[in-house]
Amino acid sequence: MKGIATHWRLIPQRYNLVGTECSNCGMKFFPPRDICPKCRRSGDIGEFRFSGEGTVYSYTVIHTPPEGFEFQKPYVLGIIELSEGPRLLSQIVDCKLGDVKIGSRVEQVFRKVVADGSAGIIRYGYKFKLKDPK
Amino acid sequence: MTSRVAIIGTGITEFGELWDESFRSLITKAGTEAINDSRLEGDEIEALYVGSMSPGLFSGQEHVSSLVADHAGLKGVPATRVEAACSSGALALREAYLSIKSGEMDYVIAGGVEKMTDIPSNSATVALMGAGDQEWEAFKGATFPGLYALMATRHMYEYGTTLEQISQVSVKSHENAALNPKAQFRFKVSLEDVMNSTPVADPLRLLHCSPITDGAAAVVLASEEKAREICDNPIWINASSCSTDTIALHDREYVSRTDAATRAAGKAYRRAGIKPQDVDFAEVHDCFSIAEIMAIESLGFCKLGEGGRFTEEGETSLSGSIPINTSGGLKGKGHPVGATGIAQAVEAVAQLRGEAGKRQVEKAKIGLTHNVGGSGGTCVIHILSGDLK
Amino acid sequence: MAGIVGYGVYLPRYRLKAGEIARVWGMDGDRVSKSLLIDEKTVPSLDEDTATISVEAARNAVEHAQIDAKDIGAIYVGSESHPYVVKPTATIVAAAIDAVEDLTAADYEFACKAGTAAIQTCMGLVDSQMIKYGLAIGADTSQGRPGDALEYTASAGGAAYIIGRRDTIAEILDTYSYTTDTPDFWRREGMDFPSHGARFTGRPAYFKHVISAAKGVMERNDKKPRDFDYVVFHQPNGKFPLNAAKTLGFSKEQLETGLLISNIGNTYSGATPLGLAAILDEAVEGDLILAVSYGSGAGSDAFIIEVTERIGDKRNQKTVAEYVNRKEYIDYSLYVKYKGKIKGVALQK
Repeated sequence: MKGIATHWRLIPQRYNLVGTECSNCGMKFFPPRDICPKCRRSGDIGEFRFSGEGTVYSYTVIHTPPEGFEFQKPYVLGIIELSEGPRLLSQIVDCKLGDVKIGSRVEQVFRKVVADGSAGIIRYGYKFKLKDPK
Repeated sequence: MTSRVAIIGTGITEFGELWDESFRSLITKAGTEAINDSRLEGDEIEALYVGSMSPGLFSGQEHVSSLVADHAGLKGVPATRVEAACSSGALALREAYLSIKSGEMDYVIAGGVEKMTDIPSNSATVALMGAGDQEWEAFKGATFPGLYALMATRHMYEYGTTLEQISQVSVKSHENAALNPKAQFRFKVSLEDVMNSTPVADPLRLLHCSPITDGAAAVVLASEEKAREICDNPIWINASSCSTDTIALHDREYVSRTDAATRAAGKAYRRAGIKPQDVDFAEVHDCFSIAEIMAIESLGFCKLGEGGRFTEEGETSLSGSIPINTSGGLKGKGHPVGATGIAQAVEAVAQLRGEAGKRQVEKAKIGLTHNVGGSGGTCVIHILSGDLK
Repeated sequence: MAGIVGYGVYLPRYRLKAGEIARVWGMDGDRVSKSLLIDEKTVPSLDEDTATISVEAARNAVEHAQIDAKDIGAIYVGSESHPYVVKPTATIVAAAIDAVEDLTAADYEFACKAGTAAIQTCMGLVDSQMIKYGLAIGADTSQGRPGDALEYTASAGGAAYIIGRRDTIAEILDTYSYTTDTPDFWRREGMDFPSHGARFTGRPAYFKHVISAAKGVMERNDKKPRDFDYVVFHQPNGKFPLNAAKTLGFSKEQLETGLLISNIGNTYSGATPLGLAAILDEAVEGDLILAVSYGSGAGSDAFIIEVTERIGDKRNQKTVAEYVNRKEYIDYSLYVKYKGKIKGVALQK
């Protein structure tokens, strides 16, 4: 079964938005970075937990999904700008397709992302939902 | 090293869904045509660079550098496979250029090839997502049309670009492709056709997206000394530049512009000693129509945010002030991923030699090729010209 | 004395009306609704399952309890629809609320009472001072056999309880269980849908256990029905809890706050925990609650719960009513798609 260890290593990120921050310049990173792009070797990287709150920076509706996501179409894919700064990519769920706009407030939820067939592991992770649905 | 590098021969296969062609037959055809065009015997070639994004995922085949050298009749020649997603071709060209520029070699061949149709298109989409971030984009259900759609949404939001303007790019691409005997789609489409085509990733529809294509292209490069000896009409590479950016779209400062392209363009213009307005035509990376709009902004052909309007006003058509993608672009001629960067150079050479037939740009003296990897993680730019008088 | 430090609930967004199910199977929707006292039920999305529901409820519970999840010493998730047959839901919850690594965890199964069994276990661990806090979850995305009477009610949802000794919003004064070996409703390994004994599920099963457990806990605490402000029973349909209340001498008024079935269906292991949460959402200091779950196989866990003065300061921001009112209707075809009842349709490569 491919990728079990990869997913396991990323559980703190995928479940709990655990990233890093550089205490030298204050920049925060999600996904976590080992090297601060600004401070490079003079950076001081430590763990930082994001709140899961953010706004929609951009979005699209996927009509031609990749393998594993076929039955969810059409689904909203958005670039979420976390309130602490960094951006990430995520599905936006529990809403009607037209409800998502640039600037909409969102919050993190815990969902199934995809499973490895019917016998493999289930990969859970973050998705986002609108904070103020209609 | 001050001596220049020239392209002395080109070759390109038909682009399309080529059931009868294999990875090997495609690159061999293109390479042979390029060597014939250069009037070399073949033994003179000192190195081979081949750009191919994913022969492993498309055909289960790695180690293609040696495979290609062998099948091209160049067994024994040092061979390197270059990979930078969809900019593999131009990066292979750059590596070939640098090996001559360094003074190390006189004759090098650079090719690009992708055989994409031996796996179902669902799987091809997964293979192409390898150009994106596996853990933070692919895992979340992203596709390349989806990533470019995210860029389009932002561009429309920040600059008021309209879907009509984005669609106009496809209309123009097809107009040009209809004149290109090697193109995958040799027919025109109307604005309505484009805007009403099947939704792929809002706002992008089927006719905003380049297709899945098989194809190969190759160019033979020579040092200035050798080029002047054997070639009547050498086409000079005046600049070769490359810049990288984050591979994940969401990690970029701006999602509505391609900073790697802007940086690479700046370096190339400085190196060639020219300004954007000196360029007579360009082959740019229109994997999705919105990409061409962002490209012409990055390349300085129009102001940031004006790409839509510029296209709408016809400035990028064959008869416009700066014809873009006379070949039909990736949308019209097809996008065999690793081959595209080399195919762009082949079109540029044809234009500069005056051999572009119905697609010929009048008084084409300086051309530019712009090849992008993924959603903008890599950009490779070349500036070419004939002997400038 | 162990008590409830905080709680959290979760219901999926989608709803399927009883009338829509009736339409598919050629039955009279109104008649079915009236006989089962059910209007609509919750349906999980294709990307939801018992683990995701448990995590959402658990996150809400931790937030409400205002504790550090690292102080949770045990997590038990009770369900009859765990995503894995082997690999616990409880550890997924543990990682998702960042309670790892110093804790014990396991999954429970006892049909619809697996969640309350988890509460009892946490009470024991807390009272014996083996742990500071325990997290007990009852959650399900229960399987409804197509065309069967239970399809009208088998729904999805869950509730999580943080059990501890300090800063409780409600004390659990006593718990008493009545347990026998009664094959009223079961599911063999590998089977998609449970089977049941039709009318056998009534008096020898639900009623015998619920009534015995309720009587048992009241008698040994010298309490009568009129002493309670609220009562909640397991709710496989709308009629059974009404009949149980009547038989025991409780009024409709005592029952109604915790009776959620007509709007959300039977959330199986989530049912009694969710009913209790709805009561806690409005209860005030001094209120006395009787909660009696029922799990086929069979058994009932009864609890006498007294609300403390702290409830006023720590009202739950994410109420049951909020989740009940957050809804979008779907039709039967989307329902079978989301519930994986169409062969080959699943969220997988």
